[in-house]
Amino acid sequence: MVKKTVEGSFAIAEAIKNCEPDVVACYPITSSSHIAEGLAQFYADGEIKEYIRTEQEFSSISAIVGASAAGSRAVSATSSQGLALMHEVVYAAAGMRVPIVMAIGNRALSAPLNIWDDWQDSIAERDSGWIQIYCENAQEAIDTAPQAFKIAEKVMLPVMFCIDGFYITHSVETFEVPGMEEIRKFLPKFNPKLKLDPKNPVSLGVYAMPTHYQMFREDVHRDAAASLKVVKQVHDQYGKTFGRTYGDGLVEGYKLKDARFILVSMASVCGNIKEAVDALRQKGMKVGLLRIRSYRPFPYGQVAKALAKAKAVAVLEKSYNLGGKHPLYSDVIGSFVDEKKRPVISSIVGGLGGKDVTVRDCEGMLKKLAKGKHFEVWW
Amino acid sequence: MIIPHAKVGSSLKNKTGGWRSQKPIFNPELCKKCGLCQLHCPENCISGVEMDKKVEERSVAKTDYDFCKGCGICAKVCPFGAIKMVEEEK
Repeated sequence: MVKKTVEGSFAIAEAIKNCEPDVVACYPITSSSHIAEGLAQFYADGEIKEYIRTEQEFSSISAIVGASAAGSRAVSATSSQGLALMHEVVYAAAGMRVPIVMAIGNRALSAPLNIWDDWQDSIAERDSGWIQIYCENAQEAIDTAPQAFKIAEKVMLPVMFCIDGFYITHSVETFEVPGMEEIRKFLPKFNPKLKLDPKNPVSLGVYAMPTHYQMFREDVHRDAAASLKVVKQVHDQYGKTFGRTYGDGLVEGYKLKDARFILVSMASVCGNIKEAVDALRQKGMKVGLLRIRSYRPFPYGQVAKALAKAKAVAVLEKSYNLGGKHPLYSDVIGSFVDEKKRPVISSIVGGLGGKDVTVRDCEGMLKKLAKGKHFEVWW
Repeated sequence: MIIPHAKVGSSLKNKTGGWRSQKPIFNPELCKKCGLCQLHCPENCISGVEMDKKVEERSVAKTDYDFCKGCGICAKVCPFGAIKMVEEEK
Protein backbone atom coordinates (compact mmCIF):
# COMPACT_ATOMS: atom_id res chain seq x y z
CA MET A 1 0.00 0.00 0.00
CA VAL A 2 1.41 3.39 -1.05
CA LYS A 3 0.48 6.78 0.39
CA LYS A 4 -0.22 9.40 -2.25
CA THR A 5 -1.32 13.00 -2.27
CA VAL A 6 -3.47 13.38 -5.38
CA GLU A 7 -6.91 14.42 -6.54
CA GLY A 8 -9.65 12.00 -5.44
CA SER A 9 -10.61 11.02 -8.99
CA PHE A 10 -7.09 9.96 -9.94
CA ALA A 11 -6.73 7.86 -6.80
CA ILE A 12 -10.10 6.21 -7.54
CA ALA A 13 -8.95 5.55 -11.13
CA GLU A 14 -5.81 3.91 -9.76
CA ALA A 15 -7.84 1.73 -7.39
CA ILE A 16 -10.03 0.65 -10.33
CA LYS A 17 -6.94 -0.08 -12.43
CA ASN A 18 -5.51 -2.20 -9.62
CA CYS A 19 -8.63 -4.39 -9.79
CA GLU A 20 -7.34 -5.39 -13.25
CA PRO A 21 -10.39 -4.67 -15.42
CA ASP A 22 -10.25 -6.27 -18.87
CA VAL A 23 -12.34 -3.61 -20.56
CA VAL A 24 -12.96 0.04 -19.72
CA ALA A 25 -15.40 2.12 -21.80
CA CYS A 26 -15.89 5.78 -20.93
CA TYR A 27 -17.24 9.01 -22.29
CA PRO A 28 -15.88 11.66 -19.94
CA ILE A 29 -18.48 13.87 -18.26
CA THR A 30 -18.19 16.36 -15.40
CA SER A 31 -17.78 15.51 -12.51
CA SER A 32 -16.39 12.05 -13.20
CA SER A 33 -14.19 13.15 -16.15
CA HIS A 34 -10.97 12.76 -14.22
CA ILE A 35 -11.75 9.13 -13.38
CA ALA A 36 -12.15 8.46 -17.12
CA GLU A 37 -9.02 10.52 -17.79
CA GLY A 38 -7.01 8.62 -15.19
CA LEU A 39 -8.11 5.27 -16.64
CA ALA A 40 -7.25 6.45 -20.18
CA GLN A 41 -3.78 7.39 -18.97
CA PHE A 42 -3.30 3.91 -17.51
CA TYR A 43 -4.38 2.44 -20.85
CA ALA A 44 -1.92 4.68 -22.70
CA ASP A 45 0.79 3.47 -20.32
CA GLY A 46 -0.11 -0.16 -21.08
CA GLU A 47 -1.52 -0.92 -17.63
CA ILE A 48 -5.11 -1.56 -18.77
CA LYS A 49 -5.82 -4.10 -21.52
CA GLU A 50 -8.64 -2.36 -23.36
CA TYR A 51 -10.10 1.15 -23.25
CA ILE A 52 -12.96 1.94 -25.61
CA ARG A 53 -13.45 5.62 -26.36
CA THR A 54 -17.16 5.76 -27.07
CA GLU A 55 -19.10 8.58 -28.70
CA GLN A 56 -21.60 8.83 -25.82
CA GLU A 57 -22.62 7.14 -22.59
CA PHE A 58 -25.27 4.86 -24.07
CA SER A 59 -22.43 3.22 -26.00
CA SER A 60 -20.13 3.09 -22.95
CA ILE A 61 -22.53 1.02 -20.91
CA SER A 62 -23.54 -1.08 -23.93
CA ALA A 63 -19.86 -1.84 -24.54
CA ILE A 64 -19.22 -2.96 -20.97
CA VAL A 65 -22.41 -5.01 -20.86
CA GLY A 66 -21.17 -6.83 -23.98
CA ALA A 67 -17.67 -7.20 -22.56
CA SER A 68 -19.01 -8.58 -19.30
CA ALA A 69 -21.34 -10.99 -21.12
CA ALA A 70 -18.26 -12.30 -22.91
CA GLY A 71 -16.58 -12.96 -19.56
CA SER A 72 -14.49 -9.82 -19.03
CA ARG A 73 -14.28 -7.67 -15.92
CA ALA A 74 -15.69 -4.41 -17.25
CA VAL A 75 -16.04 -0.93 -15.78
CA SER A 76 -17.10 2.60 -16.63
CA ALA A 77 -17.47 5.98 -14.94
CA THR A 78 -20.15 8.60 -15.51
CA SER A 79 -22.31 11.35 -14.03
CA SER A 80 -25.66 13.07 -14.29
CA GLN A 81 -26.91 13.37 -17.90
CA GLY A 82 -24.52 10.59 -18.85
CA LEU A 83 -26.15 8.20 -16.42
CA ALA A 84 -29.58 9.41 -17.55
CA LEU A 85 -28.61 8.61 -21.14
CA MET A 86 -27.56 5.11 -20.00
CA HIS A 87 -30.94 4.54 -18.33
CA GLU A 88 -32.26 1.95 -20.82
CA VAL A 89 -29.15 -0.22 -20.58
CA VAL A 90 -28.92 0.25 -16.78
CA TYR A 91 -32.08 -1.85 -16.51
CA ALA A 92 -30.85 -4.29 -19.15
CA ALA A 93 -27.57 -4.83 -17.27
CA ALA A 94 -29.37 -5.83 -14.08
CA GLY A 95 -31.87 -7.98 -15.99
CA MET A 96 -29.07 -9.73 -17.89
CA ARG A 97 -27.21 -10.31 -14.61
CA VAL A 98 -23.90 -8.90 -15.89
CA PRO A 99 -21.65 -7.89 -12.97
CA ILE A 100 -20.38 -4.58 -14.35
CA VAL A 101 -19.18 -1.79 -12.08
CA MET A 102 -19.56 1.96 -12.51
CA ALA A 103 -18.10 4.85 -10.56
CA ILE A 104 -20.70 7.61 -10.42
CA GLY A 105 -19.55 11.17 -9.80
CA ASN A 106 -22.85 12.43 -8.43
CA ARG A 107 -24.19 15.55 -10.14
CA ALA A 108 -27.50 17.34 -10.55
CA LEU A 109 -29.81 16.64 -13.50
CA SER A 110 -30.99 19.33 -15.94
CA ALA A 111 -32.88 21.64 -16.23
CA PRO A 112 -31.62 24.16 -15.32
CA LEU A 113 -28.20 22.92 -16.37
CA ASN A 114 -25.94 22.42 -13.40
CA ILE A 115 -22.63 20.59 -13.04
CA TRP A 116 -22.44 20.39 -9.24
CA ASP A 117 -23.23 17.77 -6.70
CA ASP A 118 -26.47 16.13 -5.75
CA TRP A 119 -27.58 12.49 -5.78
CA GLN A 120 -30.56 12.63 -8.07
CA ASP A 121 -28.73 11.08 -11.05
CA SER A 122 -28.05 7.78 -9.27
CA ILE A 123 -31.19 7.88 -7.10
CA ALA A 124 -33.17 8.00 -10.35
CA GLU A 125 -31.72 4.53 -11.13
CA ARG A 126 -32.50 3.05 -7.71
CA ASP A 127 -35.31 0.77 -8.94
CA SER A 128 -33.21 -0.94 -11.61
CA GLY A 129 -31.75 -3.79 -9.54
CA TRP A 130 -28.26 -2.28 -9.30
CA ILE A 131 -26.45 -2.28 -5.99
CA GLN A 132 -25.67 1.29 -4.93
CA ILE A 133 -23.05 2.22 -2.37
CA TYR A 134 -22.61 5.86 -1.32
CA CYS A 135 -19.11 6.84 -0.17
CA GLU A 136 -18.39 9.49 2.44
CA ASN A 137 -14.92 10.37 1.20
CA ALA A 138 -12.44 9.49 -1.52
CA GLN A 139 -10.59 7.01 0.71
CA GLU A 140 -13.84 5.12 1.12
CA ALA A 141 -14.41 5.24 -2.65
CA ILE A 142 -10.90 3.82 -3.20
CA ASP A 143 -11.68 1.02 -0.77
CA THR A 144 -15.13 0.45 -2.26
CA ALA A 145 -13.83 -0.12 -5.82
CA PRO A 146 -12.42 -3.63 -5.15
CA GLN A 147 -15.42 -4.41 -2.94
CA ALA A 148 -17.76 -3.39 -5.78
CA PHE A 149 -16.20 -5.90 -8.19
CA LYS A 150 -16.28 -8.63 -5.59
CA ILE A 151 -19.93 -8.02 -4.63
CA ALA A 152 -20.99 -7.77 -8.29
CA GLU A 153 -19.28 -10.98 -9.31
CA LYS A 154 -20.62 -12.85 -6.28
CA VAL A 155 -24.30 -11.94 -6.69
CA MET A 156 -24.15 -11.42 -10.49
CA LEU A 157 -25.68 -7.96 -10.27
CA PRO A 158 -24.12 -4.68 -11.40
CA VAL A 159 -22.81 -2.25 -8.78
CA MET A 160 -22.47 1.52 -8.84
CA PHE A 161 -20.45 3.25 -6.19
CA CYS A 162 -21.45 6.86 -5.84
CA ILE A 163 -19.08 9.67 -5.09
CA ASP A 164 -20.20 13.26 -4.51
CA GLY A 165 -19.09 15.35 -7.49
CA PHE A 166 -16.38 17.95 -6.79
CA TYR A 167 -16.56 17.57 -2.99
CA ILE A 168 -14.87 14.18 -3.37
CA THR A 169 -13.90 13.80 -7.01
CA HIS A 170 -11.89 17.02 -7.15
CA SER A 171 -10.45 17.35 -3.63
CA VAL A 172 -6.75 16.72 -3.18
CA GLU A 173 -5.96 14.62 -0.13
CA THR A 174 -3.51 11.99 1.04
CA PHE A 175 -4.77 8.49 0.28
CA GLU A 176 -3.71 4.92 0.71
CA VAL A 177 -4.29 3.10 -2.56
CA PRO A 178 -4.11 -0.70 -2.31
CA GLY A 179 -1.71 -2.23 -4.84
CA MET A 180 -2.48 -4.75 -7.54
CA GLU A 181 -0.75 -7.63 -5.70
CA GLU A 182 -2.72 -6.95 -2.50
CA ILE A 183 -6.02 -6.67 -4.37
CA ARG A 184 -5.30 -9.96 -6.17
CA LYS A 185 -5.38 -11.73 -2.79
CA PHE A 186 -8.76 -10.17 -2.00
CA LEU A 187 -10.43 -10.25 -5.41
CA PRO A 188 -10.29 -13.54 -7.34
CA LYS A 189 -10.30 -13.66 -11.14
CA PHE A 190 -13.71 -13.21 -12.79
CA ASN A 191 -14.88 -16.54 -14.11
CA PRO A 192 -18.60 -16.62 -14.92
CA LYS A 193 -20.41 -19.93 -15.31
CA LEU A 194 -22.32 -18.69 -18.35
CA LYS A 195 -20.83 -16.39 -20.97
CA LEU A 196 -20.74 -15.70 -24.69
CA ASP A 197 -18.42 -18.41 -25.94
CA PRO A 198 -18.20 -19.80 -29.50
CA LYS A 199 -17.52 -23.27 -28.08
CA ASN A 200 -20.77 -23.25 -26.14
CA PRO A 201 -23.03 -20.76 -27.93
CA VAL A 202 -25.89 -19.06 -26.05
CA SER A 203 -27.93 -15.87 -26.40
CA LEU A 204 -27.98 -13.72 -23.27
CA GLY A 205 -30.75 -11.35 -22.25
CA VAL A 206 -33.14 -12.71 -24.87
CA TYR A 207 -36.90 -12.41 -24.82
CA ALA A 208 -39.48 -13.42 -22.26
CA MET A 209 -43.19 -13.94 -22.77
CA PRO A 210 -45.75 -12.73 -20.20
CA THR A 211 -45.53 -16.17 -18.62
CA HIS A 212 -41.86 -15.68 -17.67
CA TYR A 213 -40.98 -11.96 -17.60
CA GLN A 214 -42.20 -11.27 -14.08
CA MET A 215 -40.37 -14.31 -12.76
CA PHE A 216 -37.05 -12.83 -13.93
CA ARG A 217 -37.79 -9.48 -12.25
CA GLU A 218 -38.82 -11.24 -9.05
CA ASP A 219 -35.59 -13.21 -9.12
CA VAL A 220 -33.51 -10.02 -9.40
CA HIS A 221 -35.50 -8.51 -6.54
CA ARG A 222 -34.94 -11.52 -4.29
CA ASP A 223 -31.21 -11.66 -5.05
CA ALA A 224 -30.79 -7.89 -4.67
CA ALA A 225 -32.51 -7.91 -1.28
CA ALA A 226 -30.48 -10.93 -0.17
CA SER A 227 -27.23 -9.26 -1.28
CA LEU A 228 -27.26 -7.24 1.98
CA LYS A 229 -25.38 -10.17 3.49
CA VAL A 230 -22.79 -10.17 0.71
CA VAL A 231 -22.22 -6.40 0.89
CA LYS A 232 -21.55 -6.74 4.62
CA GLN A 233 -19.44 -9.87 4.25
CA VAL A 234 -17.24 -8.38 1.51
CA HIS A 235 -16.84 -5.18 3.53
CA ASP A 236 -15.77 -7.14 6.62
CA GLN A 237 -13.35 -9.22 4.58
CA TYR A 238 -11.83 -6.07 3.09
CA GLY A 239 -11.53 -4.60 6.57
CA LYS A 240 -9.62 -7.65 7.75
CA THR A 241 -7.23 -7.52 4.77
CA PHE A 242 -6.66 -3.77 4.54
CA GLY A 243 -7.57 -2.49 8.00
CA ARG A 244 -10.19 0.08 7.04
CA THR A 245 -13.90 -0.35 7.77
CA TYR A 246 -16.97 1.86 7.35
CA GLY A 247 -19.55 1.13 10.02
CA ASP A 248 -20.86 -2.39 9.48
CA GLY A 249 -20.64 -1.98 5.71
CA LEU A 250 -24.35 -1.17 5.40
CA VAL A 251 -24.85 1.69 7.85
CA GLU A 252 -22.48 3.69 10.00
CA GLY A 253 -23.58 5.15 13.31
CA TYR A 254 -21.90 8.19 14.82
CA LYS A 255 -22.44 8.78 18.56
CA LEU A 256 -25.69 6.84 18.43
CA LYS A 257 -25.40 5.01 21.74
CA ASP A 258 -27.39 7.47 23.85
CA ALA A 259 -28.61 9.72 21.03
CA ARG A 260 -32.22 10.93 21.25
CA PHE A 261 -32.13 13.06 18.10
CA ILE A 262 -30.63 11.53 15.00
CA LEU A 263 -29.93 12.89 11.55
CA VAL A 264 -29.94 10.25 8.79
CA SER A 265 -28.03 10.94 5.59
CA MET A 266 -25.56 9.56 3.06
CA ALA A 267 -22.28 10.41 1.36
CA SER A 268 -19.95 13.36 1.91
CA VAL A 269 -22.31 15.65 3.79
CA CYS A 270 -21.95 13.22 6.70
CA GLY A 271 -18.49 14.68 7.37
CA ASN A 272 -20.09 18.02 8.16
CA ILE A 273 -22.86 16.40 10.18
CA LYS A 274 -20.22 14.65 12.33
CA GLU A 275 -18.63 18.04 13.08
CA ALA A 276 -22.04 19.47 13.96
CA VAL A 277 -22.81 16.49 16.20
CA ASP A 278 -19.48 17.02 18.03
CA ALA A 279 -20.21 20.73 18.51
CA LEU A 280 -23.72 20.14 19.89
CA ARG A 281 -22.57 17.24 22.07
CA GLN A 282 -20.22 19.70 23.79
CA LYS A 283 -23.28 21.76 24.62
CA GLY A 284 -24.89 18.66 26.11
CA MET A 285 -27.36 17.82 23.35
CA LYS A 286 -27.86 14.10 22.77
CA VAL A 287 -27.54 14.09 18.99
CA GLY A 288 -26.14 11.56 16.55
CA LEU A 289 -25.79 10.59 12.91
CA LEU A 290 -26.79 7.48 10.99
CA ARG A 291 -25.07 7.25 7.62
CA ILE A 292 -26.54 4.89 5.02
CA ARG A 293 -23.71 3.33 3.00
CA SER A 294 -25.64 0.66 1.12
CA TYR A 295 -28.65 2.43 -0.40
CA ARG A 296 -29.61 -0.55 -2.60
CA PRO A 297 -30.05 -3.09 -1.10
CA PHE A 298 -31.56 -0.90 1.62
CA PRO A 299 -30.79 -2.13 5.16
CA TYR A 300 -34.31 -1.69 6.54
CA GLY A 301 -33.69 -3.85 9.61
CA GLN A 302 -30.43 -2.17 10.56
CA VAL A 303 -31.97 1.30 10.17
CA ALA A 304 -34.98 0.44 12.33
CA LYS A 305 -32.68 -0.98 15.00
CA ALA A 306 -30.33 2.01 14.98
CA LEU A 307 -33.19 4.51 15.27
CA ALA A 308 -35.40 2.50 17.67
CA LYS A 309 -34.52 4.50 20.79
CA ALA A 310 -34.55 7.94 19.17
CA LYS A 311 -37.21 10.48 20.01
CA ALA A 312 -36.96 12.32 16.71
CA VAL A 313 -35.20 11.64 13.45
CA ALA A 314 -34.68 13.78 10.35
CA VAL A 315 -33.59 12.53 6.96
CA LEU A 316 -31.29 14.88 5.06
CA GLU A 317 -31.03 14.06 1.38
CA LYS A 318 -29.67 15.61 -1.78
CA SER A 319 -32.35 13.88 -3.80
CA TYR A 320 -36.04 14.38 -4.36
CA ASN A 321 -39.30 12.95 -5.53
CA LEU A 322 -41.11 15.99 -6.87
CA GLY A 323 -44.75 15.88 -5.94
CA GLY A 324 -44.23 12.92 -3.59
CA LYS A 325 -42.37 11.87 -0.45
CA HIS A 326 -38.63 11.98 -1.02
CA PRO A 327 -36.71 8.74 -1.71
CA LEU A 328 -34.43 8.35 1.32
CA TYR A 329 -37.19 9.66 3.60
CA SER A 330 -39.61 7.05 2.24
CA ASP A 331 -37.06 4.29 2.77
CA VAL A 332 -36.39 5.31 6.38
CA ILE A 333 -40.13 5.43 7.08
CA GLY A 334 -40.46 2.08 5.29
CA SER A 335 -37.99 0.60 7.80
CA PHE A 336 -40.65 0.93 10.51
CA VAL A 337 -43.59 -0.85 8.87
CA ASP A 338 -43.15 -3.89 11.12
CA GLU A 339 -42.43 -1.88 14.29
CA LYS A 340 -45.08 -0.99 16.88
CA LYS A 341 -43.36 2.26 17.82
CA ARG A 342 -41.44 4.70 15.73
CA PRO A 343 -39.79 8.05 16.33
CA VAL A 344 -41.03 11.27 14.74
CA ILE A 345 -39.42 11.22 11.28
CA SER A 346 -38.95 14.47 9.39
CA SER A 347 -37.67 15.23 5.92
CA ILE A 348 -35.04 17.71 4.78
CA VAL A 349 -34.05 18.16 1.15
CA GLY A 350 -30.90 20.19 0.77
CA GLY A 351 -27.64 20.65 -1.05
CA LEU A 352 -29.17 20.31 -4.51
CA GLY A 353 -27.02 21.34 -7.45
CA GLY A 354 -24.00 21.99 -5.25
CA LYS A 355 -25.79 24.23 -2.74
CA ASP A 356 -23.45 24.14 0.23
CA VAL A 357 -24.61 22.36 3.37
CA THR A 358 -22.25 23.82 5.94
CA VAL A 359 -21.49 22.63 9.48
CA ARG A 360 -23.63 25.52 10.72
CA ASP A 361 -26.51 24.33 8.52
CA CYS A 362 -26.19 20.86 10.01
CA GLU A 363 -26.22 22.33 13.53
CA GLY A 364 -29.38 24.20 12.60
CA MET A 365 -30.99 20.98 11.34
CA LEU A 366 -30.08 19.10 14.50
CA LYS A 367 -31.48 21.93 16.66
CA LYS A 368 -34.72 22.01 14.65
CA LEU A 369 -35.00 18.26 14.93
CA ALA A 370 -34.40 18.36 18.69
CA LYS A 371 -37.70 20.25 19.12
CA GLY A 372 -39.30 16.86 18.48
CA LYS A 373 -41.97 18.07 16.05
CA HIS A 374 -42.53 16.70 12.55
CA PHE A 375 -41.49 18.88 9.62
CA GLU A 376 -40.83 18.56 5.89
CA VAL A 377 -38.56 21.32 4.60
CA TRP A 378 -36.22 22.32 1.80
CA TRP A 379 -33.12 23.65 3.57
CA MET B 1 -30.18 -16.76 -9.46
CA ILE B 2 -31.57 -17.18 -12.97
CA ILE B 3 -29.56 -15.81 -15.88
CA PRO B 4 -31.94 -15.22 -18.79
CA HIS B 5 -30.44 -16.98 -21.79
CA ALA B 6 -31.34 -19.20 -24.73
CA LYS B 7 -29.40 -22.15 -26.14
CA VAL B 8 -28.58 -22.42 -29.83
CA GLY B 9 -31.50 -23.53 -32.00
CA SER B 10 -34.14 -22.86 -29.34
CA SER B 11 -35.99 -20.44 -31.66
CA LEU B 12 -36.85 -23.48 -33.86
CA LYS B 13 -39.12 -24.62 -31.03
CA ASN B 14 -40.98 -21.33 -31.05
CA LYS B 15 -43.22 -21.83 -34.07
CA THR B 16 -44.46 -18.42 -35.16
CA GLY B 17 -46.86 -19.68 -37.84
CA GLY B 18 -49.72 -19.30 -35.37
CA TRP B 19 -49.38 -15.49 -35.59
CA ARG B 20 -50.71 -15.58 -39.17
CA SER B 21 -54.08 -14.09 -40.16
CA GLN B 22 -53.52 -14.48 -43.91
CA LYS B 23 -51.81 -17.34 -45.66
CA PRO B 24 -49.83 -17.28 -48.95
CA ILE B 25 -50.91 -19.91 -51.47
CA PHE B 26 -48.30 -20.77 -54.11
CA ASN B 27 -49.48 -21.66 -57.60
CA PRO B 28 -46.79 -23.91 -59.13
CA GLU B 29 -48.22 -23.49 -62.61
CA LEU B 30 -47.61 -19.73 -62.61
CA CYS B 31 -44.28 -19.84 -60.75
CA LYS B 32 -41.34 -19.05 -63.06
CA LYS B 33 -38.74 -19.93 -60.36
CA CYS B 34 -37.23 -16.43 -60.39
CA GLY B 35 -36.65 -16.54 -56.62
CA LEU B 36 -37.74 -12.95 -55.87
CA CYS B 37 -40.13 -14.10 -53.10
CA GLN B 38 -37.39 -16.21 -51.55
CA LEU B 39 -35.00 -13.24 -51.50
CA HIS B 40 -37.60 -10.91 -49.97
CA CYS B 41 -39.00 -13.20 -47.26
CA PRO B 42 -38.09 -11.53 -43.90
CA GLU B 43 -38.49 -14.85 -42.07
CA ASN B 44 -36.31 -16.74 -44.56
CA CYS B 45 -38.95 -19.46 -44.66
CA ILE B 46 -39.44 -19.68 -48.47
CA SER B 47 -37.25 -22.30 -50.10
CA GLY B 48 -37.00 -24.50 -53.22
CA VAL B 49 -35.60 -22.00 -55.71
CA GLU B 50 -31.94 -23.00 -55.93
CA MET B 51 -30.44 -19.75 -57.12
CA ASP B 52 -27.09 -21.32 -58.05
CA LYS B 53 -28.80 -23.55 -60.67
CA LYS B 54 -30.14 -22.72 -64.13
CA VAL B 55 -33.84 -21.74 -64.19
CA GLU B 56 -34.99 -25.00 -65.81
CA GLU B 57 -33.19 -27.04 -63.11
CA ARG B 58 -34.75 -25.14 -60.17
CA SER B 59 -37.84 -26.28 -58.26
CA VAL B 60 -40.81 -24.02 -57.56
CA ALA B 61 -41.01 -21.83 -54.45
CA LYS B 62 -42.70 -23.15 -51.31
CA THR B 63 -43.04 -21.76 -47.81
CA ASP B 64 -42.71 -23.29 -44.36
CA TYR B 65 -46.08 -22.66 -42.68
CA ASP B 66 -44.59 -23.41 -39.24
CA PHE B 67 -42.77 -20.08 -39.37
CA CYS B 68 -44.50 -18.00 -42.09
CA LYS B 69 -46.18 -15.04 -40.31
CA GLY B 70 -48.29 -14.19 -43.35
CA CYS B 71 -46.81 -10.73 -43.97
CA GLY B 72 -47.64 -10.92 -47.67
CA ILE B 73 -44.38 -9.51 -49.00
CA CYS B 74 -43.91 -12.57 -51.26
CA ALA B 75 -47.32 -12.02 -52.89
CA LYS B 76 -46.52 -8.33 -53.36
CA VAL B 77 -43.16 -8.89 -55.07
CA CYS B 78 -44.16 -11.86 -57.29
CA PRO B 79 -44.16 -10.51 -60.92
CA PHE B 80 -46.35 -13.38 -62.15
CA GLY B 81 -49.20 -13.34 -59.64
CA ALA B 82 -48.26 -16.86 -58.55
CA ILE B 83 -48.82 -16.16 -54.84
CA LYS B 84 -52.24 -15.30 -53.45
CA MET B 85 -52.98 -14.27 -49.88
CA VAL B 86 -56.08 -15.96 -48.49
CA GLU B 87 -57.76 -15.52 -45.08
CA GLU B 88 -56.61 -18.05 -42.54
CA GLU B 89 -59.51 -20.29 -41.52
CA LYS B 90 -60.01 -21.07 -37.86
